[in-house]
Amino acid sequence: MKKGLKEFSKGIIRENPIFALVLGMCPTLAVTTSAENGVGMGIAATVVLLGSNIVISLLRKVIPDKVRIPAYITVIAGFVTIIQLILKAYFTDLDKALGIFIPLIVVNCIILARAEMYASKNNVGYSILDALGMGVGFTAALVLIGGIREILGSGTIFGIDVSFGVIPQATLFILPAGGFLVLGLLMAAYNKFTKNKKQVVDCASCPIQCYNAEQGEKS
Amino acid sequence: MEHNLYVNSSPHIKDVAKTSNIMFDVIIALIPATIISIYLYSYMAAIIIGVTVLSSVLFETLYNLLTKQKQTVGDFSAVVTGLLLALNLPPAASSIWLGVVGSLVAIIIVKMIFGGLGQNIFNPAIAARVFLTVAFSSQMTTWLSPGADAISTATPLALANNGVVTSNLDLFLGNIPGCIGETSALALLLGFGWLLIRRIITLDITVTYLLTVVIFSFIIGADPLFHVLSGGLLLGAIFMATDYTTSPMTRKGKIIYGVGLGVITMGIRVYGNLPEGVSFAILFMNILVPMINRTTLPKSFGGVKKKNA
Repeated sequence: MKKGLKEFSKGIIRENPIFALVLGMCPTLAVTTSAENGVGMGIAATVVLLGSNIVISLLRKVIPDKVRIPAYITVIAGFVTIIQLILKAYFTDLDKALGIFIPLIVVNCIILARAEMYASKNNVGYSILDALGMGVGFTAALVLIGGIREILGSGTIFGIDVSFGVIPQATLFILPAGGFLVLGLLMAAYNKFTKNKKQVVDCASCPIQCYNAEQGEKS
Repeated sequence: MEHNLYVNSSPHIKDVAKTSNIMFDVIIALIPATIISIYLYSYMAAIIIGVTVLSSVLFETLYNLLTKQKQTVGDFSAVVTGLLLALNLPPAASSIWLGVVGSLVAIIIVKMIFGGLGQNIFNPAIAARVFLTVAFSSQMTTWLSPGADAISTATPLALANNGVVTSNLDLFLGNIPGCIGETSALALLLGFGWLLIRRIITLDITVTYLLTVVIFSFIIGADPLFHVLSGGLLLGAIFMATDYTTSPMTRKGKIIYGVGLGVITMGIRVYGNLPEGVSFAILFMNILVPMINRTTLPKSFGGVKKKNA
């Protein structure tokens, strides 16, 4: 039970797919122009992740090691197709807002990474918890980024006006540059408060090729 | 700077050059442009400059206090950033809060988060100006003609796109609509002279930048003098492109940097959608500075042994 809880909670903060694992950057930057899009994208990815984790975990002893990646992709693509059809049928507006990024969930690194790193090595129960934890972490991060960008860029949150017609909107934040800016600042704050390992500054990370670097010395 | 980097055996002469002294000289060099801006746009310019400088200093002080770091506000660089940013704002009432937001971006996001003065990859004032231009494009393009009656109008570069010509004398003296501090070429050139006399900057970047603009406009058949005097070119070429941290270290690098700036500026002005491209050009060339530094690194004396292939 205790391990199960740990498997669930790790995806939310400690191994947050966006801030810690830095996976799935493409949908993260592209669709988070509003909090609502963040929720939609997060839930869609979570459902696919849940389905693929369950199936891959069940089939982990059947799938031959050499062809495991194509097999995972096939399973994931199946679930993405289901999600896409459901969205098209019942959530037309959301489908239009997310556009190409729904079919692109097939190649979303988070889902493939969890299949490769987790579901193929653990039993179904833990895989479900892992998928849910990762999904919640992903959704929370997307809503956070989307919310900040929506407030600053359009003066609304979940479509509700919070600018009171007075605060001017910084259009930059709903443009791609704003996505990078918000993500970068949030990631800096995340690293600061989770006390991740200190980054080593040595010759390899220095842009200038000085004498020391050419001598191969550690400075 | 690079000519002073010889290391000899002792005794050494200790120079008085300190960051705060250099920044103080830059502030002195900006005084003519500041005075002219207050003369042209009266109290509004004074308020914008005051608020922007004050908020820059305040943000740096607060950041250092909150993150429990050594207080760096004494090096005057925040004052220079605030002043440059204020001179880059349009003379409208909305610029007062634009100045505060811009200072926040310049000091906190562009400078302090990257590690403070000397670690920033972009010139804070230019990055903040570009941020404001993209974020609040309508407020950043509210131009007023100089004088007390303050009629909103377009800048000479925007007018030139529609075929209206502004006289070069007006451009030289600053009697044109534009950002607070960029209009008067005369005032900016006075500041340039001061920086050169005090040996704060070298001619390389500014001259290659301006020369590239002249040659480019000569080739396409435009009036070179108009392009040099209009927009934020002089302000950018003298005060922003020559920032130590964000410009190349070697002379060869500085020439590459200046030519790149000129080509991008003119490319945006002539072929782009925007009337002005100085700030985007400087921001873009800032990104390339580490690459320029690496390719123009001089060989160390005695030569470096070739690596065995």
